Amino acid sequence: MKDFAFSTAHSVDDAAHAAASGARPIAGGTNLLDLMKLQIETPNRLVSVRRLPRLDRVTVTDEGGVRIGAEVTNAALAAHPLIRQRYPLLSRAILAGASAQIRNMATTGGNLLQRTRCVQFYDMTDACNKRQPGSGCGARMGGNRMNAIIGGSEACIAVNPSDMSVALRVLDATVHVQDATGRVRAIPVASFHLLPGETPERETALQPGEIITEISLPPPPMGVHHYRKVRDRTSYAFALISVGAVADIREGRIVSARFAFGGIAPRPWRVEAAEAAMANRPAEVATIEHACDIALEGAKGYGDNDFKILLARRTLVATLLT
Amino acid sequence: MTGIGNGVPRVEGRAKVTGAALYTFDLQPSEIGATQPILHGAAVLSTIACGRILALDTAAAEHSTGVRLVLTHRNMPPQAEWGPLNANVRFARAQPVFGDEQVRYFGEPVAFVVAESFECARAAAASIQVQYEADQAHTVLDSEHGIDPAPLHGGQSSDSSVGDFHGTFATARHRIDVQYETPYQNHAAIELQASIAAWDGDHLTVHTPAQITSAARTGLARTLNLPEDRVRVVARLIGGGFGGKLPYFADAVLCAVAARQLRQPVKFSFTRQQMFTATTHRSAVSHRVRIGVTTEGRITAISHDAVSQTASFDNYVDGSTAGAKGLYGAKAIRTTQRIARLDLPRSDSMRSPGDANGSMALECAIDEAAHACGQDPVAFRILNDTRVNPTTGRPYSSRHLVACLQEGARRFGWEERRSGRKGEWLIGQGVASAMRDNLVRPSAAQVTLTPAGQLVVRLDMTDPGTGTITILTQIAAETLGLPMEKVTVMLGDTDFPKTSGSGGSFGAESSGSAVYEACLALRRRLDDMTKGRDASPETVLRLVGEAGGVTAEGKIAPGDETKRYSEASFGAQFAEVAVNVHTGETRVPRMLGVFACGRIINERTARSQALGGMIWGLSSALIEANNVDHRGQMAMRDLANYHVPVLADIQNIDAVLLPETEPVANPLGMKGIGEVGINGAAAAIANAVFDATGIRIRRFPITLDRLLPGLPPLA
Ligand SMILES: Cc1cc2nc3c(=O)[nH]c(=O)nc-3n(C[C@H](O)[C@H](O)[C@H](O)COP(=O)(O)OP(=O)(O)OC[C@H]3O[C@@H](n4cnc5c(N)ncnc54)[C@H](O)[C@@H]3O)c2cc1C
Repeated sequence: MKDFAFSTAHSVDDAAHAAASGARPIAGGTNLLDLMKLQIETPNRLVSVRRLPRLDRVTVTDEGGVRIGAEVTNAALAAHPLIRQRYPLLSRAILAGASAQIRNMATTGGNLLQRTRCVQFYDMTDACNKRQPGSGCGARMGGNRMNAIIGGSEACIAVNPSDMSVALRVLDATVHVQDATGRVRAIPVASFHLLPGETPERETALQPGEIITEISLPPPPMGVHHYRKVRDRTSYAFALISVGAVADIREGRIVSARFAFGGIAPRPWRVEAAEAAMANRPAEVATIEHACDIALEGAKGYGDNDFKILLARRTLVATLLT
Repeated sequence: MTGIGNGVPRVEGRAKVTGAALYTFDLQPSEIGATQPILHGAAVLSTIACGRILALDTAAAEHSTGVRLVLTHRNMPPQAEWGPLNANVRFARAQPVFGDEQVRYFGEPVAFVVAESFECARAAAASIQVQYEADQAHTVLDSEHGIDPAPLHGGQSSDSSVGDFHGTFATARHRIDVQYETPYQNHAAIELQASIAAWDGDHLTVHTPAQITSAARTGLARTLNLPEDRVRVVARLIGGGFGGKLPYFADAVLCAVAARQLRQPVKFSFTRQQMFTATTHRSAVSHRVRIGVTTEGRITAISHDAVSQTASFDNYVDGSTAGAKGLYGAKAIRTTQRIARLDLPRSDSMRSPGDANGSMALECAIDEAAHACGQDPVAFRILNDTRVNPTTGRPYSSRHLVACLQEGARRFGWEERRSGRKGEWLIGQGVASAMRDNLVRPSAAQVTLTPAGQLVVRLDMTDPGTGTITILTQIAAETLGLPMEKVTVMLGDTDFPKTSGSGGSFGAESSGSAVYEACLALRRRLDDMTKGRDASPETVLRLVGEAGGVTAEGKIAPGDETKRYSEASFGAQFAEVAVNVHTGETRVPRMLGVFACGRIINERTARSQALGGMIWGLSSALIEANNVDHRGQMAMRDLANYHVPVLADIQNIDAVLLPETEPVANPLGMKGIGEVGINGAAAAIANAVFDATGIRIRRFPITLDRLLPGLPPLA
């Protein structure tokens, strides 16, 4: 681990100023510290955003949605009565991730920014364009069981591993950020995580120096909330595939349904056209397979992860029809 | 009541759960008798699988804050050569570190930094630049290219043959001829591999969690060209051994060398990531199993050909064929063991080495044979039971496999079992036999009755968390009629009498018998002292006080019985699985193991051993594996990626220990229990998966991607 300086911010301004001058925000530290120990990340300065005032709460908005402070812990968010009652998808997605101890430390902002678990990204001795632009992609050479089948590029096939983000994507969340000049921006979660293209080192729409302050959700969509996560052991493992969905199915017909996949792409994978193709169709396998055809168009395996294409289809069917 | 057989809690249990127990890396200067602070080491590992170090730039590290020493192949003092390969005790071989510029596997230590703090050492280690010239590395295990290890071991072959296998197999009514693959597995004990070395003049003390302290001592003395009596190895507590701490490792050698040069104690622990290559692993094994069966379901021919990996410079054989040699009464049995010397880290023992994976192949193939001849898998195993080891021709000294199968079937509800679909889950049940050869190894112990009436037991045995301290306390207490509080057992120190150490399921009975014999010897001495007088406890204590304490020694060694009998522990494993019809996720709602392992000294610790083994079996069946990437690197190197079961994977699990007394192996009537629990457990689950889905996966672990193509189409 490299030496670093550490300070604690007491206001968003503080934090943004520190960040603008090169400090790296740290919240729960459950991702960043691991990466620093391996020297995958080597910030010179850390600024703790964990204690930022008023960012540790969940409040109701005038439009009937909620605003979630960036420093609300994953544990607190999943257990929050508003979330459990109105956005059970979010609650379930969070509880499907990590372990109780990690969720106690992890925060909403940190979770949204957690980095890929690609094995080659973690191996400092291997090629990784995300970690070291231009060095190549070790995952294409094999050992890519956890990697993306869609949305990746020649340069990078890493997956965004967050369960929470899948739910946020289905729920049409907005990410609120602020910079050192006090400028605030609202970024739809749909455009928050970037596809790798030629620049896999650029992962989000966050600009250097911007601090995530809140995440807002519109009123919940109509329907039953599902989060189904398929993994290599019963708990405490990243998703091979996950499906977040809200489906309004009545009398054998899909009135409306939204869904996003986790575990298969560099960002939560939601394709609105696929959802549209399900609306007002019979709730049966053929309908969902057709939606999957649209959502997974162009999907491709790299050997060890070929199975994810079939698994994604079967998991979506199981999620919506059982 | 001292309670042999009872579930006495671990003597050191409270210290362990409260964090008071000290493991090697926890030790502070005062605890190792040092007056100076302890320096910290950090290691740099190689990033090629095969080749040479061309250049090593250590300048930045040498000038880095707090750094006291950088060791590489350029400045290591002379060491002995590796080996010898045919050493009697594999773990006592010389193991030079940084012997030359050769790199023999990816993740081999190539440089070592010693600094005043852990942080300084790690930062400096990260600044070391190494340039390599890589050669073509051979890292793929293929079943075609195994070599016979016999010449490397000095001649004795691990192959076996009785009867005419080829002829018998060719004419059998049902023939099973299948290839099974079991994967690499890594040690994931909580305690990392760590050492502290300190010199007192010419005398070296190394604290290191070695399961066999005497072997580590011999090995270190050889490596460093020291007389053995100048080396002491101490392992008071071990935070999980599982065979991964049978060898000693580079940490011990490096700390010893650095501490000598710096005249200050040095401690070093490999990181979790480094553990995956710098220590040993369970080899992947390629198994071909053939079974010939008559119309009536009698097994007439068995063969098991196994090919395992070993390091390019080593000769370790993961002997997977013991089950084929001894479980069933076939008249023709042949087995072969081949090794592939690859440019990979060393493979060596991991809980039930050989049998853990051998039983996965054999017991699944037995299930296939039962199905082929239309027999119930429990009945088929009972029908083919044997009293005599068919390969050696020697009778088993005690063998209750059939009783385990019958009692297990009864408790599990085998006859009433229901497979089929339940909601979105496909339910199935499976069974497998378990066997592990029993061994007694030479061991000695010393007991001293102090004037205060405390019995102090000393031996160099170790307790890797299994409960050895506790059962030895019980044995001594029971033999001398003392309450357990009056007995203090001191282990893990080469200053104490030499034992088998822990491993291979031989530890408890070997050291237990030595303690028992020592206690008997002490009783004889006390009887002599009290001869002709009244022998009340008060008199005995007074006499002991006058003598300044009384000491006696006892020992055990395997005798002639091993030439007349085969000895093994047995068991039967039952499992129920639920396979998700959509996704192929497999859950294990029920596991039951019934074992006959001789006399049970402590029901609680014995049961834990059995349960731990069964859980590892579940892990091997469904979850746990490592693989080698295209560069020869172990792909998984942390516990987020290298999966072992979590609590949620374990549902209803039970282990039952049948009453049994082993008549010949040792005076206590015990047999090994540390390993039999893993054997067959994975196969029972794999067989249950077949029962549930009709899919036979012959490559472990049975992850969902392997089941997916065979699952029914979406309804
Ligand atoms: C063993 C293990 C298993 C896990 N399993 C799962 C799983 O199954 N599913 C899952 O979804 N996750 C899993 N996680 C990941 C976990 O959810 C994340 O580590 C956690 O959510 C990160 O939150 P944090 O607050 O600790 O972030 P930190 O580690 O503190 O920060 C992460 C990143 O966010 C940045 N950051 C944090 N807050 C702000 C802010 N307010 N503004 C700007 N930047 C900010 C930091 O600079 C850093 O780059 C696992 C983690 C571990 C260690």
